Amino acid sequence: MIPYTAAFFKGFYRGFMALTIDDVKRVAHLARIAVEEAEAKTALGQLTGIFGLIEQMQAVDVAGIEPMAHAQDIVLRLRDDVVTEHDQRELFQAIAPQVEAGLYLVPKVIE
Amino acid sequence: MKWETVIGLETHAQLSTRSKIFSGAATAYGAAPNVQACAVDIALPGVLPVLNREVVTKAIRLGLAVGARINPRSIFARKNYFYPDLPKGYQISQYEIPIVEGGSLTVLVDGQEKTVRLTRAHLEEDAGKSLHEDYHGATGIDLNRAGTPLLEIVTEPDMRSAAEAVAYARALHALVRWIDICDGNMQEGSFRCDANVSVRPAGSDKLGTRTEIKNLNSFRFLERAIEFEVRRQIEVIEDGGTIVQETRLYDSDRDETRTMRTKEDAHDYRYFPDPDLLPLAITPAWVDEVRAGLPELPQAKCARFIAEYGLTAYDAAVLTGSREMAAYFEQAARGAEAQTAKLCANWIAGNLSARLNESNLEIEASKIGPEMLRGLIDRVVDGTISGKIAKDVFDAMWGGEARGRNAAETIIAARGWKQISDSGEIEKIVDQVLAANPQQVADYRSGKEKAFNSLVGQAMKATKGKANPQQVNEILKRKLGG
Amino acid sequence: MLNSTLASLSRELAAKKLSSVEASEYYINRINRLSNKYNCFITLNEELSLAQARAADQLRAAGRAQPLTGVPIAQKDIFCTKGWLTTCGSKILSNFVSPYDAHVVERLNAAGAVNLGKTNMDEFAMGSSNETSYYGPVKNPWDVSTVPGGSSGGSAAAVAARLVPAATGTDTGGSIRQPAALTGISGLKPTYGVVSRYGMIAFASSLDQAGPMARTAEDLALMLNAMAGFDERDSTSLRRDPEDYGRDLARPIAGLRVGLPKEFFADGVSPDVAKALDEAIAQYKKLGCEMVEVALPNMALSVPVYYVLAPAEASSNLARFDGARYGYRAKEYADLLDMYKRTRAEGFGAEVKRRILIGTYVLSHGYYDAYYIRAQKLRRLIAQDFAAAFEKCDIIMGPTTPTTAFKLGEKAADPVQMYLSDIYTIAVNLAGLPGMSIPCGFDGKGLPVGLQIIGDYFREAQMLNVAHQYQLATDWHERMPSGILSEG
Repeated sequence: MIPYTAAFFKGFYRGFMALTIDDVKRVAHLARIAVEEAEAKTALGQLTGIFGLIEQMQAVDVAGIEPMAHAQDIVLRLRDDVVTEHDQRELFQAIAPQVEAGLYLVPKVIE
Repeated sequence: MKWETVIGLETHAQLSTRSKIFSGAATAYGAAPNVQACAVDIALPGVLPVLNREVVTKAIRLGLAVGARINPRSIFARKNYFYPDLPKGYQISQYEIPIVEGGSLTVLVDGQEKTVRLTRAHLEEDAGKSLHEDYHGATGIDLNRAGTPLLEIVTEPDMRSAAEAVAYARALHALVRWIDICDGNMQEGSFRCDANVSVRPAGSDKLGTRTEIKNLNSFRFLERAIEFEVRRQIEVIEDGGTIVQETRLYDSDRDETRTMRTKEDAHDYRYFPDPDLLPLAITPAWVDEVRAGLPELPQAKCARFIAEYGLTAYDAAVLTGSREMAAYFEQAARGAEAQTAKLCANWIAGNLSARLNESNLEIEASKIGPEMLRGLIDRVVDGTISGKIAKDVFDAMWGGEARGRNAAETIIAARGWKQISDSGEIEKIVDQVLAANPQQVADYRSGKEKAFNSLVGQAMKATKGKANPQQVNEILKRKLGG
Repeated sequence: MLNSTLASLSRELAAKKLSSVEASEYYINRINRLSNKYNCFITLNEELSLAQARAADQLRAAGRAQPLTGVPIAQKDIFCTKGWLTTCGSKILSNFVSPYDAHVVERLNAAGAVNLGKTNMDEFAMGSSNETSYYGPVKNPWDVSTVPGGSSGGSAAAVAARLVPAATGTDTGGSIRQPAALTGISGLKPTYGVVSRYGMIAFASSLDQAGPMARTAEDLALMLNAMAGFDERDSTSLRRDPEDYGRDLARPIAGLRVGLPKEFFADGVSPDVAKALDEAIAQYKKLGCEMVEVALPNMALSVPVYYVLAPAEASSNLARFDGARYGYRAKEYADLLDMYKRTRAEGFGAEVKRRILIGTYVLSHGYYDAYYIRAQKLRRLIAQDFAAAFEKCDIIMGPTTPTTAFKLGEKAADPVQMYLSDIYTIAVNLAGLPGMSIPCGFDGKGLPVGLQIIGDYFREAQMLNVAHQYQLATDWHERMPSGILSEG
């Protein structure tokens, strides 16, 4: 891809933030996705490859560049403080996994 | 060892808007579950947030009221965590660049001025509610509150006692109502505080490890929670332990704080700018427009009351406790001399407030209007009635015996409460009292000063309190001395 | 009717040579015979479709028809469609009947278009081959052993197989242009903000943009006229005067300066694609265009930048799929945490999970600046490259994809190889520019090649003009896969 990357990264960036199986498990937990040990191992291999690609970013000097969050350099449009939405609970809860007395039910939350 | 307490407060003030911060659903309190949770609030796939302009205006109002900087460009960020009352799996908040930065609030604590610096105030959305009553072993989720606009107001760790924290919280509570951005209803959760508390050896300038006490929804709980937590921390340290940085809950039944089961990954919220929302721009013109619409602020009003009416700092502070009370005072004291103004202040802060409290009425709904009260005070000042009789007239006015500016006069006349200032008449009564109480007269003459007061009392009693007490004093003194 | 375009159908309907019910029935019949072969639809609902067709005919009888009234189209299953199953290609939404319409759906309904069905797609639009769909891969009508591209593979295959004259798509990193190229049709991703994202299930909010897929530039203009427009419910929707995107179709393009970025013509392009491209450029020269070399020096960085930004946004956008309020919920779980984890582990496919993990990691504590912020800075460099290029040219051309359609399963096991197949399209999304792909030839195996046309911001009408002029001079867009005439 980029001519300078392959050699450059191999020498310098190998091991930079090398992903571990614990990282995979920690991130999967943060993302609330159950992973079996074998899945975590497969994911580690794939993610390591993908991060190899991503690490190419580190080769460029970005000093003084403003991050770009949006395609258009425009500011937020605002709406008036008006109630426009009306009760649609029945419609919305018709597709809910579990409801009772107008409430969405989830397994007990323990504080 | 002597310990110093260090407190910072984070206050969530619910902004009083009709619709939610990012959706057109209503914010009214007390609706049936989920009927005010629209597609955006329940986070259906594909829905998007659009910011409510009024929310921004209200945040600017606060910023101006505390002398803060209004950032011309602020950014909404996502705070990511999973919880059933958080439908999107993230809360839209402001992180790196909030709408309001800096500013301060000066409060009176035991007669001393104390300035609390503000770090920032930022806009965010509230979460829904988890109802833990047993639904067959499940938790019920009501998302009506999800998306309600909040302004989180954060202080520097500037407070040194629970009393200071409460004074600040009360002042902020008064301010948000004063500038009409929050209804301040603490029972409904419209105004709630988190306290960051730590202790350190007196004289140290290093901060100790802090704990955060969440969701204190009354000033009393705020005070007690901080007091307990300070005692607990000192005990732990003095017993050789260390304070763990954690979130704690205050249990008002047991009057103690305890560890909240920590959300495991609470420290990794993965904040990033919300790509659904562009930067919020606030032009100088908008800020000017909001400034022009602000009422006179409590501190300015307080200073003016002192200068204009000759009130004490304390009285002025009490009267500027709410915009309504200050307005009441100004109407009552219109064009008044210092003596009258002082009496107005005393009556409003004293009898009137007590009576309003008893009757659970706001000052706007007082049965005695400001002009009616002034009519009463004028009669005290011009000597028509004594201060003591004035209390009876006040009660009669409260009871509705007469209305309007001249109510006091009407009542005084109808009840025959006009003060007796005719010295001839008083002299007659004094003579009768002296004749009827030879023993007291003898006691007084033999040096028992107390007997004099008893004779005054008898004379007042004989006139049903209507005699001018000063005249009674003078005449008695003259007759006994003569 | 088989090779009819949207425009020709529109004219026949207007001339009352054809009714909407007749046209719809013709395509429904084709779909019923062929959709299994290509697996390009997730949901069909003949009843709803024909009801729309009848309503369109009534509208026409009442004299209130618009250009799209009565023409059959299909909707990518990423658009919430009231009363229709809307799955986004995922098990986690496999029971989600949308209670509301996306803005795009509202607009096409209001224009009188008849929705014939919801097209298959990569799960949550994450894929370049349509192999990540919970509903199975879509097959490329030109060779059913190859992929149609993705993520709008179902829409692309349906249009290529003449099961529908046009369809909607979405493009986050090439998801309209890449499948259009691989199936020999035309597709346009408008400038970010031109089409509302409301009701379009979000993948990467700052990059996602909906657009039309059809056979010709003229049809794309008709579709875009209906799809584009300001929507106050999307804070990133741009308030602009409505425009007729077809207004410049007939304009001659002599004198147009076409920028050829040298990075687009480097080693990565396969010889067959390069050859077709050279011929297309020769054709444009014949039409009077002037070729200018331009540079997009940071283009190669677009893939790593994209694979930080898109997964980061996606990891957050997909947090709402938690089994609490709609969609799939795991059957068995011990407690709340377990319900979340199992629901999401069972409900999401491997590629979606992979991207959620990447996104969660790059946003997590300690890595944010090194990945996310750095990627946003590079995003600006990439956008600046385009701005500099457009100083020297009016329009940019290059390949849409490095190769023609690859074999099903060929890249499925190697995410990095799969990601690199979007190398020429991603930069356009990062910059927020409009981009399109039109057919420009075939490789040695008879698989179509796409020519990518990139315009400056809001230059959709110009791009359509440039594409239309080429389509007047060539017939690549008329070519039909042979398999679509027979079943099975």
